[in-house]
Amino acid sequence: MSETHHEILDFSSLYGKQLQWIGLSFLLIIIIISIDSKFYERLSGVFYIISVLSLAGLFIFGASINGATSWYNFGGFSIQPSEFAKVGTALALANFINEPSSDLSNFKSQLKAFLIILLPAALIVLQPDPGSALIYFFLLVILYREGLPAYYLVIVFLAVVLFIMTLYTGFITSILIIYGILTLFFAYIINYKKFPFKREWYKIIILYTVVGLFIFSVDYVFNHVFDQRHRNRFSIVLGKTSDTKGIGYNTHQSMITIGSGGLTGKGFLEGDRTQGNFVPEQHTDYIFSTVGEEWGFLGSSAVIIIFVAFLLRLIQISERQKSTFSRVFGYSVAAIFFFHFMINIGMVIGLLPTIGIPLPFFSYGGSSLWGFTILLFIFIRLDADRTYVW
Amino acid sequence: MERKHIAYASILLIGILFIFRLFYLQVITTKYKPSPFHNSAVTIKYDYPERGFIYDRNNTLLVANQPSYDVMIIPRDVKPLDTLEFCSLLKISKDDFIKRYQKAKNYSPRIPSVFLAQLSKNSYAYLQEKMYKYKGFYIQKRSLREYPIKSAANVLGYIGEVNNEFIKKNRYYKQGELIGIQGVEKEYEKELRGIKGVKYIQRNRFNKEIGPYKGGIYDTLATLGKDLTLTLDSKLEQYGEALMAHKRGGIVAIEPATGEILALVSTPTYDPNLMVGRERSKNFTKLYNDEVNMPLVDRGLLSQYPPGSPFKIINALIGLQERVIFPETTFYCYGGFRYGRGKNAFMKCHCHYGTANNLNRGIYESCNTYFANVYKRIIEKYPTPSEGMDTWSKHVKSFGLGNFLGYDLPTGKKGLVPDADFYNRYYPNGGWRASTTISNAIGQGEILVTPIQLANMTAIVANRGFYYTPHIIKKINNEPIHIEAFTTKKHTTIKPEYFEPIVQGMFDVFEKGTAVYSRVKGLEICGKTGTAENFASVNGKRVQFTDHSVFIAFAPKDNPKIAIAVYIENGYWGSRWAGPIATLMIENYLNGGTSRPALEKRMLEGSLQDEYDKQLLTLQALAEKED
Repeated sequence: MSETHHEILDFSSLYGKQLQWIGLSFLLIIIIISIDSKFYERLSGVFYIISVLSLAGLFIFGASINGATSWYNFGGFSIQPSEFAKVGTALALANFINEPSSDLSNFKSQLKAFLIILLPAALIVLQPDPGSALIYFFLLVILYREGLPAYYLVIVFLAVVLFIMTLYTGFITSILIIYGILTLFFAYIINYKKFPFKREWYKIIILYTVVGLFIFSVDYVFNHVFDQRHRNRFSIVLGKTSDTKGIGYNTHQSMITIGSGGLTGKGFLEGDRTQGNFVPEQHTDYIFSTVGEEWGFLGSSAVIIIFVAFLLRLIQISERQKSTFSRVFGYSVAAIFFFHFMINIGMVIGLLPTIGIPLPFFSYGGSSLWGFTILLFIFIRLDADRTYVW
Repeated sequence: MERKHIAYASILLIGILFIFRLFYLQVITTKYKPSPFHNSAVTIKYDYPERGFIYDRNNTLLVANQPSYDVMIIPRDVKPLDTLEFCSLLKISKDDFIKRYQKAKNYSPRIPSVFLAQLSKNSYAYLQEKMYKYKGFYIQKRSLREYPIKSAANVLGYIGEVNNEFIKKNRYYKQGELIGIQGVEKEYEKELRGIKGVKYIQRNRFNKEIGPYKGGIYDTLATLGKDLTLTLDSKLEQYGEALMAHKRGGIVAIEPATGEILALVSTPTYDPNLMVGRERSKNFTKLYNDEVNMPLVDRGLLSQYPPGSPFKIINALIGLQERVIFPETTFYCYGGFRYGRGKNAFMKCHCHYGTANNLNRGIYESCNTYFANVYKRIIEKYPTPSEGMDTWSKHVKSFGLGNFLGYDLPTGKKGLVPDADFYNRYYPNGGWRASTTISNAIGQGEILVTPIQLANMTAIVANRGFYYTPHIIKKINNEPIHIEAFTTKKHTTIKPEYFEPIVQGMFDVFEKGTAVYSRVKGLEICGKTGTAENFASVNGKRVQFTDHSVFIAFAPKDNPKIAIAVYIENGYWGSRWAGPIATLMIENYLNGGTSRPALEKRMLEGSLQDEYDKQLLTLQALAEKED
């Protein structure tokens, strides 16, 4: 953000606009805290439906920016419904798990929970904005805390590992390695652990088939469904190619900017790379690089520590809730914040491919600021009533 | 481990991981440190290579360069200076200086921006000696274009400053740099521009330049721009522009055997030198606001209109291919064609009552009745009008009509070729058939073409059934091009043997038909006259004005070397203006000059300005009447 202004409150500049959003959010906070907790629980279904409709409506009324139909344009300002839909989904999920009839070790309940999460996620993926949709998958982790059997998590973790390996080494090598490992494993337990091969052989075949299909589909989707630019982003992070002028430009510039901050940084508004606009999207997705340049290692670590403390505190508060609804909602809030924090900063420091999602409360943008504010303060209100069991 | 502890653990883990990574990036590694960008005691200077020259097919120089000097400013580095002296050297007022300084400061205090663009050569000479006095300012040399021949402005295009929107999308360009905005300059920007060189210069703490940064290891050399050789024949182009003086319209000439564009004339046109230098903005605005003449619109590429009679030959070819007619099929013309039962359902024709026309006569007399019959037969060959229409549409589209041709110039229009879908949408209750769409038979109705599409169509007939995508580029840096799109033969859906009777008919247009008075001794020219109806919409009502004059031709009949389409607004009959001009162009190209000087003089001096004024006045009067 540039420093030459005529007055300190220049509302036509980016930071001026953000100040307006922040100012209005105080009003929002007051409203949210004043409303009774039960209201949020009772109307969670309604909020969810509104969220889904607002996402679906984009395909009819929405405007397209940078290739994705993610925005509604009203005269001077725009709204991004995917930022607000998180609130509706978290409320609906909390409400569902709160019901005495829902039991996450039971398949039917698991299915319903998945659907609540996947419906808005699918609509967002269709925009297309797969980055923003990723959060919703992360909510599945909450389910683990609430009783989802552990093997789901293990499977997802293994799938991610397999995914990365397939991208890195390609279809054939992955198949060979995995089948090799599996065969050794089964050979071992059949010979030494008395695995009942004769009875269970068909399960082994199924396992090989499923794994094979998975590796194949990853490879297929990557090479035939993803655009070249998506492929390039992965290739860069995995270290397979190094193009600092084209697709890897953002990441490379961001790392240089952060690196140039050194131990103590260059000082507030004195970052010459930020002033020179070297990092694309530096006021939205890449805002953390400005922190790195201006405040150095000490400053950016401090920000990390503050975020971590914030997240830990959120979880701690969730645990002390008496009502399941409040607890699950709190976990969802923590998960959403954690995910944004992890992916955004991971991207900015070059550990993850470019995935365009904002850093909570730092990134420029009214919709994301308000979305996070609403999420946080609904939970604060719920926490205020934590001693009531209802 | 309890489930909730996993949550705490993961968060802490990620936090620690990030802090380690930050430590690595910011404290340990030097990989991201010693970049010239990081060091603000380094100045970046760009070295712009010469922009490529542009030649015509005979190596006549069309576009060259002349040097131009911009005064650049880095506001942060500006020290107090003698503004009076500076302003008088630059020939600007003190207020102007303050305005420009503020503008640069608002853009950025650190990044260089243009303070004053394109100094005159004299100012540059004086200023260059004194620049050391003015800290924070320096002179950037650039190339402007120079046009030794005042012709082909529509084809060559022009260059200008790149705008900020574009810079955001393409990081190569910096503020103040020049980029091709229209024509060949735009289409082949990358080739012409080369790659600018970058020099990093170290400065000491007094901001004085002391030498290359780090011994120049980050410096890059400029890559020269590439020269282009176009397929254009400049002499032919200039001749066309002279013939079209005081008339509005377009001429497109193509070499059928290769698809190379020999001439692309659009009038009214302008002197390309107007779009150079400081006067460019002013001149551009004047040209842009001229809504009557529209000199910036390339009519050869952008004018969409119904083709008229030349389109009849397409219908003839389709008729032969679909075997609904043969060369000897005869239709009788009674002054017109009745296509329906109403009193007005009659398409007039100029033939004498009771004329018998076979294919050959139908073409050279341009008999509407003949082709109305052919068209009706094509559509009605199939069980439903929709199938007939779609079949017809498919044939027409194989001639490159109804879509972009894919040539290498940045503007164009698709034209329109109707099909069953089109009519179904227009007549939602159905019920349309061949007689409803009968105007398509004679090239009126819903069909729209551009002159270049018409020229390409003519080239197809000259080749007896195929074409190469029209293109303007012949060589890059003297190497012939190897672009697949331009060297692949494209075939129509009509078999080659059906073209011969058509070629013969077009030859007879000159021997005995509608273009008899445009015949040239010693040259075997094949052509077709045409008239395109000229409608304008005034307050929702359709008003008809003088027809446009259209002519297509190719020569010689066997082994054709040139295919041409001429389109003249308000020119009335094809044989009145477009025909003679087309034949004069052909003579000029094939023989180097004309054998009919009197005709040539008449065309060069002829003017349709009266017609245009009449149309303008009529339009204005009608518009006022409605108010």
